[in-house]
Amino acid sequence: MSTDNKTNMFPDSSDLIEEILNKYPSKVAKKRAKSLVTNDPEIDQEIQSNIRTIPGIITQRGCCYAGCKGVILGPTRDIINIVHGPIGCSFYAWLTRRNQTDAGPDGENYMNYCFSTDMQDTNIVFGGEKKLEEAIREAYEIFKPHSIGVFSTCPIGLIGDDVHAVSRKMKEELDINIFGFSCEGYKGVSQSAGHHIANNGIFKHVVGLNNTDPGGKFKLNLLGEYNIGGDSFVLEKYFEEMGITLVSTFSGNSTMSQFENAHMADLNAVMCHRSINYIAEMLEKKHGIPWIKINFIGADATAKSLRKIAKYFEDEELMAKTEEIIAREMLEVQATIEDVKSRTEGKLCMMYVGGSRAHHYQELFGEIGMRTISAGYEFGHRDDYEGRKVLDSIKIDADSRNIEELDIVKDEANWRDDLVAKKTSLEDKGYGFSEYEGMMPDMEKNSLVIDDISHWETEKLIEYYKPDIIGAGIKEKYVIQKYGVPLKQLHSYDYGGPYAGFKGAVNFYNDIDKMVNTKIWGLIPPPWKNEPELVAKMADTAY
Amino acid sequence: MLLRHTTKDIKERKSLTINPAKTCQPVGAMYAALGIHGCLPHSHGSQGCCSYHRSALTRHYKEPIMAATSSFTEGSSVFGGQSNLIQAIDNIFTIYEPEVIAVHSTCLSETIGDDLTQIVEKARDGGKIPEGKHVIFCNTPSYIGSHVTGYSNMVSGMVKLLSKSTGVTNDKINLISGWVEPSDMREVKRMANLMGANFTLFPDTSDVVDAPQTGSYEMYPKGGTTIPDLIASGDNKATLAFGKWATEDAAIKLENKCKVPFEATELPIGVRATDRFIMELSKLAEVGIPEAITAERGRLVDMITDMQQYLHGKRVALFGDPDQLIPLVEFLLDMNMKPVYIVSGTPGKKMHKRLEELLLPTVPEAKFQNGKGADMYLLHQWIKNEGVDLLIGNSYGKYIARDENIPFLRMGFPILDRVGHSYFPTLGYMGGLRILEKILDLIMDKQDLESSEPEFELVM
Ligand code: SF4
Ligand code: SF4
Repeated sequence: MSTDNKTNMFPDSSDLIEEILNKYPSKVAKKRAKSLVTNDPEIDQEIQSNIRTIPGIITQRGCCYAGCKGVILGPTRDIINIVHGPIGCSFYAWLTRRNQTDAGPDGENYMNYCFSTDMQDTNIVFGGEKKLEEAIREAYEIFKPHSIGVFSTCPIGLIGDDVHAVSRKMKEELDINIFGFSCEGYKGVSQSAGHHIANNGIFKHVVGLNNTDPGGKFKLNLLGEYNIGGDSFVLEKYFEEMGITLVSTFSGNSTMSQFENAHMADLNAVMCHRSINYIAEMLEKKHGIPWIKINFIGADATAKSLRKIAKYFEDEELMAKTEEIIAREMLEVQATIEDVKSRTEGKLCMMYVGGSRAHHYQELFGEIGMRTISAGYEFGHRDDYEGRKVLDSIKIDADSRNIEELDIVKDEANWRDDLVAKKTSLEDKGYGFSEYEGMMPDMEKNSLVIDDISHWETEKLIEYYKPDIIGAGIKEKYVIQKYGVPLKQLHSYDYGGPYAGFKGAVNFYNDIDKMVNTKIWGLIPPPWKNEPELVAKMADTAY
Repeated sequence: MLLRHTTKDIKERKSLTINPAKTCQPVGAMYAALGIHGCLPHSHGSQGCCSYHRSALTRHYKEPIMAATSSFTEGSSVFGGQSNLIQAIDNIFTIYEPEVIAVHSTCLSETIGDDLTQIVEKARDGGKIPEGKHVIFCNTPSYIGSHVTGYSNMVSGMVKLLSKSTGVTNDKINLISGWVEPSDMREVKRMANLMGANFTLFPDTSDVVDAPQTGSYEMYPKGGTTIPDLIASGDNKATLAFGKWATEDAAIKLENKCKVPFEATELPIGVRATDRFIMELSKLAEVGIPEAITAERGRLVDMITDMQQYLHGKRVALFGDPDQLIPLVEFLLDMNMKPVYIVSGTPGKKMHKRLEELLLPTVPEAKFQNGKGADMYLLHQWIKNEGVDLLIGNSYGKYIARDENIPFLRMGFPILDRVGHSYFPTLGYMGGLRILEKILDLIMDKQDLESSEPEFELVM
């Protein structure tokens, strides 16, 4: 594909899809065909997602445990998370997501530690509940934490250790908060099941434990922001300047006491819809706190989101302050765009990542004139692609049915009638709550949407589109770079960032500029490539 | 402080592991399998394990690490993973076209009790394994041993399922490589070639996980031991297995199966372990030791004689795997350093015995532990009680190093935050020079950073 056009319509990709599917055994082809969609933003299109990965297909996906322990509980610093299982599961989740945290000089922080029951064969044969009990006791005696989380891994689920019963028992014995998660890796079809299980667990065992008023005029929870590379730190500063009390963040730079207090907020702002919408909905059902979808990836998106939050509180001073911050920050944003865009405009990008990032990052690329030719999620559901309007039509299959839906009842003592009334009155003025349109309506016509992309599909896409950059994860990084195409890690930011907010946008434009315009790609062919007389005839030596 | 809750006070722990000095079997099996040419490793379990193992190896090598998974669901966990694996084998040969699939199990499929032999037989009977292609496999339950055990099991799997004896002996030896870097495997080949030895090295990850940038991706790069070479290993006249924890089992199996006699040595790290390796190699391959090798040795000993005054008596803490730690301790002792604390999560009484032999005569105060209870938390507590001048281990050591202000040498698996290990060996005499250079750099850099201005000096 030519990359110099800035506005031309993307080509129809049906020949590419056909070529991809041709390689597959017919059963596989039939299944995969429903997860590859040539986008048309004007019409409603269905994409198959959140279904099991076919065995033998090289996938990006991880497991339920990774979503629960790694993603949702990982960024909270003052809880000891004990992984009940053989050593590996805990080892690989040890500091491998870049959740920064600021505990101050002597605050509690267990995030740099890795705790495991390191199950041995005898424990597998005779059961590991005693060992888990003892491990919890030892952790308590050494560290005296006020919370301990217990995570069950695949073999534990099979041998039937009851992590909930052990947690209850130890909670009583030690008189601290202890709770378990049945997040065995085989549950669900991806990390997504683990998000749901984590949401349930925190809501059941932590949220609502502390009714103290956090204080302040405007009280906000930020949901689905994980402080990768310091993203939360950037956003925290804006809120502070606006005079907004950030009651809790789920879960970047967070503490357990924030969660305990989360039901005292006036509004929930949801960033990653996929991983955290459950808590937002449960807080509304139980306490009457409304939620809105926001996005702080992209400068325009940040401005829009800050305005939306300010508008909710209906306060002139707050709105003026918000405009002041936006105006101030946009100066640097615009200056950087002006500089960078001359080198990035018209370039093509593709993104296969997460359950919201593949959508959000399109904004950032768009701001420097780059176009998304193809995108997809690793563990998204249909609502993340097509919008929440399809929620009622999603079929729950055997793999999802086993993930518990909590039965939430209204908490009369802590019910916010004022917020319910506020929601109605704002809705009358056209303010949208509980809305998410999904990724596909925001993508260009003929762009290719792919759910749970496989390695084979990635290869074909690179050949066909010759993109200028791809956003994905660590497993894809060096594969794609071997093709001479730079890969930006959108889970870990290649150890850069922050990328959220205005400051983050500026960082991102500059980083992408560096990646797509680095000179090294030009040095790949050796200078003697076209001078055969310089190439030795000798066979390769043995080493 | 990064590890601010770590205290001096050591309480006995029976059940809680904190900051492990090991990981699980399959990641080792996956790495070993990459040392076969044209091989796609396959993880038989839920997709999470596979994703984690690929990520760990990718971060360590900064290279593509491909592997497939059986993607178990809750249903497969109840009914067994047979249909998942058969379907996976079919899909892999159709879509990704490897020469061989190397299957390893996971805790999940082990706990269920999936029988890999029988499942692979079934796949073969069902015509899912194309003519001339191979499926090998091994059991890697992580509730036994460690990542090193997994490597060992996959290497043994190569012997069990591929090596054959035709009755005609080749004038060639097998070099079975322990878990070392591609740079080290390349270095072993260089030394063996220099000696004129005729050999097959397996596994061999050089030119696989250190592939050059050419602008086009090769799913199966040019490196790796070929299947014909692996099959023929049963006809070779002898085996030299280096790195006992990772290779001795395979060497024994090859002897039992194909009557190939073997010697197992420690990894050639430092002067004396390399000496022993070179002499065994010379004997088994029936080749002399050339002047070039003697000169390399001389260079290493020369640098030690010149520099040992800066190293003498320095206290060192180490964590990692037995195969690396044992010869490394010997090397440090030969440089008059004091390895005072040594920890490995990998079990095995032999390690304790060997360390005792090495340490008791000159460093009786040394503390060492492996297997149960031997984690980095314990190591850190020892350090808190009495400090050290140098820490050696994988990237996780950087948290201790920063908290305690200790120079830190990265060696072992995984190294997540630096590069170089893929390209510059630590094996052999040349590798010894590199280790020594790195240690000296660290110790002298600290001196330069911390000396007062009047004491700051230019020359050594
Ligand atoms: S289940 Fe076993 S194989 Fe999988 S990551 Fe955990 S310890 Fe390793
Ligand atoms: S064993 Fe299960 S929980 Fe652990 S990493 Fe593997 S899939 Fe995830």
